Amino acid sequence: MENKCAIKMENITKRFGSVVANNAINMELREGEILSLLGENGSGKTTLMNMLSGIYFPDEGQIYIHDKPVTIASPKDAFDLGIGMIHQHFKLVDLFTATENIILGLEGKLDLNNARKKVQEICDRYGFDIDPDMKIYDMSVSQKQTVEIVKVLYRGADILILDEPTAVLTPQETEKLFAVMRNMKADGKSLIIITHKLHEVLEVSDRVAVLRKGEYIGDVMTKDADQQSLTDMMVGHSVTLNIDRPMPVNVTPRLKLEGLTVFDELGVKRLDNVSFTINAGEVLGVAGVAGSGQRELLESIAGLYPITSGSVTFYPPEGDTPQEMAGKDPMDIRRAGIAMSFVPEDRLGMGLVGSMGMTGNMMLRSWRKGKGVFLNRKDPEALAQRIWQELEVVTPSTNFPVRRMSGGNVQKVLVGREIAQQPSVLMTAYAVRGLDINTSYTIYNLLTEQKMKGVAVVYVGEDLDVLLELCDRIVVLCGGQVSGVVDARTTNKLEVGALMTRVGGGAAENA
Amino acid sequence: MRKQSLFHISKRDTLPLGKALLIRGGILLLALVFCGLVTTLLTGQNPISVYGTILSGAFGTSRRIGVTARSVAILLGISLAVTPAFKMRFWNIGAEGQTLIGCLATTACMITLEDKLPNAALIIVSLIAALLAGALWGFLPAFFKAKWNTNETLFTLMMNYIAMQLASFFIIVWEVPKGAGKIGIINQSTRAGWLPEIGNAYMLPILIVAIMTGFMYIYLTYSKHGYEIAVVGESQRTASYAGIKVDRVIIRTMVLSGALCALMGFLLTSGVDHTLTTTIVDSRGFTAVMVSWMSKFNPFIMIASSLLLVTMDRGASEVASALSLNHSFADILTGIILFFIIATEFFITYKVTLRKNSKKEA
Repeated sequence: MENKCAIKMENITKRFGSVVANNAINMELREGEILSLLGENGSGKTTLMNMLSGIYFPDEGQIYIHDKPVTIASPKDAFDLGIGMIHQHFKLVDLFTATENIILGLEGKLDLNNARKKVQEICDRYGFDIDPDMKIYDMSVSQKQTVEIVKVLYRGADILILDEPTAVLTPQETEKLFAVMRNMKADGKSLIIITHKLHEVLEVSDRVAVLRKGEYIGDVMTKDADQQSLTDMMVGHSVTLNIDRPMPVNVTPRLKLEGLTVFDELGVKRLDNVSFTINAGEVLGVAGVAGSGQRELLESIAGLYPITSGSVTFYPPEGDTPQEMAGKDPMDIRRAGIAMSFVPEDRLGMGLVGSMGMTGNMMLRSWRKGKGVFLNRKDPEALAQRIWQELEVVTPSTNFPVRRMSGGNVQKVLVGREIAQQPSVLMTAYAVRGLDINTSYTIYNLLTEQKMKGVAVVYVGEDLDVLLELCDRIVVLCGGQVSGVVDARTTNKLEVGALMTRVGGGAAENA
Repeated sequence: MRKQSLFHISKRDTLPLGKALLIRGGILLLALVFCGLVTTLLTGQNPISVYGTILSGAFGTSRRIGVTARSVAILLGISLAVTPAFKMRFWNIGAEGQTLIGCLATTACMITLEDKLPNAALIIVSLIAALLAGALWGFLPAFFKAKWNTNETLFTLMMNYIAMQLASFFIIVWEVPKGAGKIGIINQSTRAGWLPEIGNAYMLPILIVAIMTGFMYIYLTYSKHGYEIAVVGESQRTASYAGIKVDRVIIRTMVLSGALCALMGFLLTSGVDHTLTTTIVDSRGFTAVMVSWMSKFNPFIMIASSLLLVTMDRGASEVASALSLNHSFADILTGIILFFIIATEFFITYKVTLRKNSKKEA
């Protein structure tokens, strides 16, 4: 071992109840290297890193920083040891400038001028592209992330941990981030990047450490690894990366959106004149940087978001007269005989009731059907039993609170229920977020199955690779506008990535 | 080297019901032993005799049993009334006022309509007036919450004071005799508007609350309304998603809560005390909140919780006179027991382990 260790973790174990999030992990980060921490969602990457940044405290084990045993009991301890973590969710004050945010909470005399100079210095040294005097609310997501990184550097961190930094970035912005990371490395900093995107791992890191289900599987030098070998390590066995995508048949318009415009509670325009068609027998992907209006789009269609102007027209499968859906709430939509299923992004906060079991959650869709004032528990119970078996949900009973199930099982319950409604429109938001690869494929297959049954499937996703392989067409949103509609079979990541950052776009619908 | 904390706290799996009950029982026993220790240290009394006095104060004679049972019924009734609102995570701390306004409405009917209506009609009119008054007291905070998202805790609290002031005002209007500043027993000679007795003076309120207990259990567990309340309490977004009209559920549930509190008020004035004072509810509107939460919104567990609290309270008076201790002493014991019971929940949810001396000097 030629390099000293910046971090060494010895037998680190962390449990949450009966769940072992990290089991006797031994890992090290050498000084001046970029280490990728790779693992599926739920494999314990973030938990492990949170123990370095003082958010969690390990149940067992010892951490060494620069070969000295340490106890990290709080974020302040971590910060004193030179560890800086950049979380997925930024913690910035919108009304302050970059500099003001960076020095926020630091002790000592407030000297903005000096601080600004120092911030500028850091930016120049590593090639960050931000203006120290810019207000946060004027910044793009990637600029906000940059401020977070500069913040930890300003505070003297020499070990940086980035938790899925590329999840919110376009491919172009990701490139920039990687360039900066290489600059930091050249300056002697040690970096850990958490990600589950293989090509990024191969591109940016020197070494890859793999976690699977809370266990440390091993590490390899990046130059000796390729996508297939890393996938095998991550999943534990070989899987094909191909999603089965049959050609759509009997494609007919099911939902037509025309000039859809919505404002949020604060009066900010969230959807701006959005028009496109959702076809039966097709999987329509919706791509966009996080917060481009995806949530508002689905909730507007589902009757959960007030529509300011525009129309959503439903064309029934039987060829009856079209129906207008704008202005209807979910109950009106159901009463109008429109079978719409919706798998929302916030599973436990919107799609399910966490404290109830599978049966109680099945009732969310059928509670009105009981006789008189009483509930019918029999049918939901039967449905719960069926989903439990067919989708192999891991739970001790149909009354076990879904909140305590793992993310993948929670999603199976939700998707299972929504598909059981025999929908004519099925909308899903980030349907595989947080799921392991096997469960993700189960979900992809279920969606494709629905498509072949003639359902209009909407898939809002964040992983471009999946969007390109699963969908038939992709609508790209940018800043609440449709910046393009592309054929998923002929487009490529660069084109979609470019559309994701181009407002308006001007691409014609090619359906 | 920095010091490590001595204890390590981690969340544990759900305990099997039997084991959890065993822990709870054990803790209760521990609480009693601890109370005994405190008693001996502070007063020099034999704890056994203090407990004995408490029990005889609550259950010593058949009259005492009757009074205790009826008090349990009233407290239980108010606890049941506040439960739907709390299950909906609507922080209704206005049960005191909702009950009092029921007493006031009943009193108003009994006094103003004493000689104008036959007794049965008077009772029915009083009941309806009480229910409407309580419903209004529940409706107002719910309506403002649903429409403008006002803070229901402050709102319901303030409604208590309004009820209190209204009661004071009308007590002076109706005071008997003039200048007494109180109403005394209403319609003492005619007994107009008094609830009839079934068997004895205690039975009717007990029966009514017994029926209410069963009703509330079925309402919360098996009815569509109960399901809506549970979903709204968990997440309003989920409720909207499922097509539940959240505003309507909030208002409807609070109207029910308020009306049921007022029903207890009606029982107090028409069936138990036959009077109106500003303290007639005796903070049971607040105690009920604790009963409801301590029992995890289960109507049947609420019976036990109410019984425990009422027994301690009734026993307190007896302790005060028989052992010439201050009335507050039983309150101290109640406090200790409650502290133990509530602390139990922590140990049932979390596991506390002593940290082993993990670091060997390298």
